[in-house]
Amino acid sequence: MGARLVQRPGPAASLVIRGARVLDPAAGIDEVRDLVIRDGVIGGDPEGLEAIDGTGMIAVPGFVDPHVHLRTPGREDLEDIATGSMSAAAGGFVTIVAMPNTSPVVDNAAVLGTLIDRAEREAAVRVGFYAAITVGQKGKELTEQVEMAELGAAGFSDDGHPVSDAGVMRRALQYQRITGLPLVLHEEDMTLSGRGVAHEGAVASRLGLAGIPPVSESIAVARDAVLAEYEGGFIHICHVSASETVDEIRRAKERGVRITGEVTPHHLTLTDAAIASLDPARHKMNPPLREESDRRSLIAALLDGTLDLVATDHAPHDADEKEVPFEEAPFGITGLETAFAVCNTHLVRTGEVPLELLVRRMGSDAAAALALPVPTLAEGAVADVALIDPEAVVVVGEGGFQSKSRNSAWLGEQLHGRVNLTIAGGQIAWRP
Amino acid sequence: MRAPVSGATGKVLVDQDQVRRTVARIAHEIVERHAEPEKLALVGIHTRGVPLAARLARLIGEFAGTEPATGTVDIALYRDDVGLDARRGALPVVGDTVLDFNVAERAVILVDDVLFTGRTIRAAIDAIFDYGRPPLVQLAVLVDRGHRELPIRPDYVGKNLPTSRAERIAVHLAEVDGTDQVVLEAVR
Amino acid sequence: MTRRSLLTIADLDRAEIARILRVGNRFAEVMERDIKKVPTLRGRTIINMFFEASTRTSTSFELAGKRLSADVVNVKGSGSSVEKGETLKDTVITLNSYLPDVLVIRHQSVGACQLAARHTGAAVINAGDGKHEHPTQTLLDLYTIEREVGPLDGLHIAFVGDVAHSRVARSGIRGFQMMGARVTLIAPPTLIPRDAEEALGVATSTDIRDVADADVVYVLRMQLERMGPGGFVPSLREYAATYGVNHGRLRPGQRVMHAGPINRGVEISGALADDPKTLIERQAANGMVVRMAVLYDLLAGPSPGAEPAEHPIGAVAV
Repeated sequence: MGARLVQRPGPAASLVIRGARVLDPAAGIDEVRDLVIRDGVIGGDPEGLEAIDGTGMIAVPGFVDPHVHLRTPGREDLEDIATGSMSAAAGGFVTIVAMPNTSPVVDNAAVLGTLIDRAEREAAVRVGFYAAITVGQKGKELTEQVEMAELGAAGFSDDGHPVSDAGVMRRALQYQRITGLPLVLHEEDMTLSGRGVAHEGAVASRLGLAGIPPVSESIAVARDAVLAEYEGGFIHICHVSASETVDEIRRAKERGVRITGEVTPHHLTLTDAAIASLDPARHKMNPPLREESDRRSLIAALLDGTLDLVATDHAPHDADEKEVPFEEAPFGITGLETAFAVCNTHLVRTGEVPLELLVRRMGSDAAAALALPVPTLAEGAVADVALIDPEAVVVVGEGGFQSKSRNSAWLGEQLHGRVNLTIAGGQIAWRP
Repeated sequence: MRAPVSGATGKVLVDQDQVRRTVARIAHEIVERHAEPEKLALVGIHTRGVPLAARLARLIGEFAGTEPATGTVDIALYRDDVGLDARRGALPVVGDTVLDFNVAERAVILVDDVLFTGRTIRAAIDAIFDYGRPPLVQLAVLVDRGHRELPIRPDYVGKNLPTSRAERIAVHLAEVDGTDQVVLEAVR
Repeated sequence: MTRRSLLTIADLDRAEIARILRVGNRFAEVMERDIKKVPTLRGRTIINMFFEASTRTSTSFELAGKRLSADVVNVKGSGSSVEKGETLKDTVITLNSYLPDVLVIRHQSVGACQLAARHTGAAVINAGDGKHEHPTQTLLDLYTIEREVGPLDGLHIAFVGDVAHSRVARSGIRGFQMMGARVTLIAPPTLIPRDAEEALGVATSTDIRDVADADVVYVLRMQLERMGPGGFVPSLREYAATYGVNHGRLRPGQRVMHAGPINRGVEISGALADDPKTLIERQAANGMVVRMAVLYDLLAGPSPGAEPAEHPIGAVAV
């Protein structure tokens, strides 16, 4: 059984990108040349095709984000499949997978089937859906995972409502032997997080905010790594934020546990110093922004492969939810439209992360970790391409967002990196 | 406190000796009109009205045998433009108001260095009345430069110095500025 | 004053704090007159928004505004549209349409004043936002210490008790340090914030005997309403026995403060709370004149960003 990724039907792209740096590190491609896309497939005869000038730009395999919130069903006022997938396309993404913490929760085949049907009509890029691990994400009873796997679930997750009961987690890992699908885990021990709203550290102490200690994340990862090892299952750790968690994942990998980890652009580039302005629309998320030492170890882990991929945890919220006192606001920021530019500006251009590595971690590595189709620029592959001007300056939010929400940490900030074209599944998904 | 404007090339209108004689004349005029200094209080308006009131009280003591009571009044809390003038560079300092006598039992002579728009005097009268109801309030100033914006008239005037609004009259007193003189400065 | 709002004590520097305390002395003099009112803020509008219970702060802010002749309106959480589910943002926008000069805000959540400041042109005064800060309390505490104990420079002040949930301590630590005092936190380990030494620049101790070294012992209220389930201390009985401040734990000459309201027999003994040698009553009494000084400082100064005048204007001491 495998993930079913769907996209609305559309005409196959045929064009030639002239003179771009064609960069697909996983396929060993890195040269300035023309890139031909004919009938939605890489390669072929450029004769008679529309030409796009790619001088000074990079043409890379489109990005893959295995962690987004499309707020559908239930909060279509914040995001829906059409706008969320357009937001992805605008950020150079060709495949996204949505979390099931919706209303109702995606915990049965009926809801999942409806979503897949809707995505087949609305999605600008390939969209997949996780189903819940437990009914209602309540952490008690397993969902009907086999049925949902057969229908095309991309994996199982109780994102936002971590499975606190180790026995339930163990049964989910046992059931994984039937479905073969990843367990995608928001790791947090809620008894340690309590009422926390920010990283437990000096900044929260100064602001009087209840803290979320880093160990509330690492302790949950440690437990599930032990369970996965015991059951021979595999788990994917969402939005790693703390150096303690990096250590747990590194140790687990060293002893052969099948574990992968993701990190968000905001945890890679921001720290809890940012929350001093107490603006929840920008800086309140869970896991919280942590300290510079955590940020450094996240970057190191992304470089050495302890963390496998970059994912955004794109979490749309509107002003009604976010324009409240910091303590009262919901967690989460948007991320799809800014992901590459943020990482390019604050990691690549600062020399901390090579461009080639970032392209891998946002594309082929992200797909491989979650058994999704790997985008490639190899001849004959379905075209999944992002054409990006890495030098171009964009002001975040200046021209509005494709997303229905604008709760971005970088609102108004100047970033380097404009996505000029996204071809997803052989179709033009984004061309401003 | 209003520091002398640095680098200002002021024209001296009244020199040290003239200031001394002018203050003495005012003291005489006060004595002429108030036979009983013990029923009189001289209240100086911060900043330069305060030493002027002290000088007048001393001179009245010399001329009449008894020094009148003195006090100080600060009008910062009684201004009619609190926070309205964004051009003003600093918060008005709130100074002491000291009226250690029964305001209801003495004629109060307000003392200030320069009478200009009259707004300061209005504020000072309001402040005095929050302490009691004096039987009489008069006004003594060293310089009257005109441009009144309120129906206020001094009872004792040292010098009438007609000026334009673009000019500035600076009274320097030894107690505050190290020297006695009245200077005309042009405001750019 | 270059900043128009007072959201945290750090919005003020040492000189600005000293200025406010000096003006507070002037207002104390005004309070000795028969007519305890000056016309200074005539025509100004102050809206007090108290979403959380308060006696001292709300009363003293109201009186402070009235004695400066401002028009003062009080909005409470109960009895207002807040009870009908109106959000803080909408309440602020609504009240802002009446063109207030100052919004005084007391709210149960950290960040409420910052949110309000994003939606009003009025000066915002934080009168306590959750566990965050309570800057006017710190100003009146500084005023009280200066008058009753002496200059803050070199003084040693110990906060005892529930530091974790205390906005009084969070503003106080910063404010006392700014004025030159040294601060120690004495509390059970569960009530000392993470990394307090580094975050707050204080010494910490879990031993109540360490109050002996302090000049001023500032007792903090056990904020049971903010603790939630789980219990930060096993019982109030054990807390009182281990950390409660009483005459027996003090040496002669030590001055005791408490921002109120007091839990008698918990963080402070009834006998000590009633002892006239503590500063507790002075704190309450000084609240009004210091809040008058804050209102004066915010409203009488120039607007932020205004160019200083070439010459002071107006025939007054400037």
